[in-house]
Amino acid sequence: MVDQMVPPVEVELVEPTRAARNRRRQRRGRGRFAFGFATGWLGLCIFVSVFADLLPLKHYAETPDKGVSQFRRKPGFRLDEPLGTDSVGRSELSRVIYGLRVSLLLALGAVTLAMVLGVAFGVTAGYLRGWFGRIFDLVTDTLLAFPPLMFLLALSAALRPGFRTLTISLIFLAFPTQAKVARANTLTFASREFVLAARAMGAKSRRIIVREIMPNVALPVMSVSFLAMAGLIVAEGSLSFLGVGIPGPTPALGAMVADGRPNLATSPHLVFVPGIVLLLTVFSLNTVGDRARAVLGLRELAA
Amino acid sequence: MRAIGQRMLHLVAVLFLVSVSALILVDLAPGDPALEVLGPEASDEQIASIHRELGLDKPLPTRYVEWVGDALHGDLGRSFRTKLPVAHEIRSRIPVNLELSALALILALLVAIPLGAYAAHVREGRFDRASSGVTSLMLSSPPFLTATLLVFILSVKLKLLPVAGWTPMTEDLHQNLRHVALPVFAMAMLELAQFARLLRSDMVDTLDQDYILAARAIGLPRRQILFRYAFRPSSISLVTVAGIALGRLIGGTVIMEQIFALPGLGRLVLTAISGKDIIVVQGVVLFVGTVYVALNMIITVVYAWLDPRIRALTAHG
Repeated sequence: MVDQMVPPVEVELVEPTRAARNRRRQRRGRGRFAFGFATGWLGLCIFVSVFADLLPLKHYAETPDKGVSQFRRKPGFRLDEPLGTDSVGRSELSRVIYGLRVSLLLALGAVTLAMVLGVAFGVTAGYLRGWFGRIFDLVTDTLLAFPPLMFLLALSAALRPGFRTLTISLIFLAFPTQAKVARANTLTFASREFVLAARAMGAKSRRIIVREIMPNVALPVMSVSFLAMAGLIVAEGSLSFLGVGIPGPTPALGAMVADGRPNLATSPHLVFVPGIVLLLTVFSLNTVGDRARAVLGLRELAA
Repeated sequence: MRAIGQRMLHLVAVLFLVSVSALILVDLAPGDPALEVLGPEASDEQIASIHRELGLDKPLPTRYVEWVGDALHGDLGRSFRTKLPVAHEIRSRIPVNLELSALALILALLVAIPLGAYAAHVREGRFDRASSGVTSLMLSSPPFLTATLLVFILSVKLKLLPVAGWTPMTEDLHQNLRHVALPVFAMAMLELAQFARLLRSDMVDTLDQDYILAARAIGLPRRQILFRYAFRPSSISLVTVAGIALGRLIGGTVIMEQIFALPGLGRLVLTAISGKDIIVVQGVVLFVGTVYVALNMIITVVYAWLDPRIRALTAHG
């Protein structure tokens, strides 16, 4: 343990003790509401993101021609603009949905790629150890040595803003944790009996990695991915809050919060609507991630 | 001891990579910094002279050696926008970051330790569930949102604290504290949730140990069991995470500085990035990376002190 920097999240498989099993059983009963809510909310998010173009929404950049009365309307129970309008009269509902879609797409894309890279490098490092393992440790620890937001800001100065470059930056952020989880799990599995048995039967390293180790490492890495996605959505939100995220006119939840701040006293809904959507999404991803980890019997080393 | 030595060596290597990537990362930035300063109509000689001034005419390894050599003497070069030495800029701003981070960390620990310990004590009870729900909400709120909500409640609605601004501690301590209160609360929120959950889960494991049962059996008071016997073995990962959190807080106050108009390192970086002031960005990135690595070295030592078993462990991987 001492020779690796502890990343914000690190999990590894441990043999469940009786106490741990009991605890897991208790946990399953608790927080059922939160879990149900989380899956429901994520389902809704995925639905509106996939079908955003088919839903009866105004365009997110459309401004009304009727005049000032349409600006900064408060949310209310009505069919027309249930979530209100922003300072230039654009539909909050439409902007929130499209902003959420961009966030989810970015986070999902970056996490998936980080997961593939992380498993590839992490498993190799865990299996080969030696020099490759050392270099792997150095690279991941170096990436973790930069505060995430400052790292993203420096990258955003180096790369032109856009969907692709933002995905690349986010991959850098998610990769070290994913890779470390993959490596830690490989280390525990590489010494297990079934790997030994495969080797005794004459299996080549490649076969052992692909057929014996990868399937076991994939699950813990995937369970961390929910938490990683939550982290990336926060990071992307922070970037767009600072004005260096996805360039306009595409809406972004972070940018919406930033735009609403000057009118906090008179129109708090401009902050609350995108803020609550962001909060619920991150909360749901965290809840599902925690549950996935608990069900898999992964130990929580760091919150 | 050998494990600690290896770890230190590893950290020095990380520091080396941090400095190399700081130099390369900023080198990748599109556009010529000379053109940024001079404007598009600059002549070739003017551009060449700026390049000489910045050392851009030399190959990368030479620049690296010179830059790090100067950095070891506390010289990080001069900003080519403001012409001020970068080291001086960092020194004048770091008190803001240190004050915010230290206060946030202390506040977070002060709340999290009793909260986590008590939640572990009454595990699965009503208090534990409530604290678990609240902390997971806190963990899910992005810092900029937490800060904005706190401004809404404490400044706009209750009018208790100023919305933004800064007074140095040396000028007026009271005003200074009023200005740092909101950003400190916002920063502490996330950390305290993380600390409390971590301590609770470690403490639950410790409380299952036989020696705790023995302590309970001989009738020791609850508080003594919790804080005297269960706390130290449960606090090991908390120390690590708190140390890393401090590193993250020092370099991660960008959002708070932006929201509350505080003159810290984050604002320095933000303005430097928009002005393509690469020397400043490099300097701050190197500085923050060094702080992080140094903190990790300290954590390693504290870690070994807290858990004697670790000293015996040989390094793996």
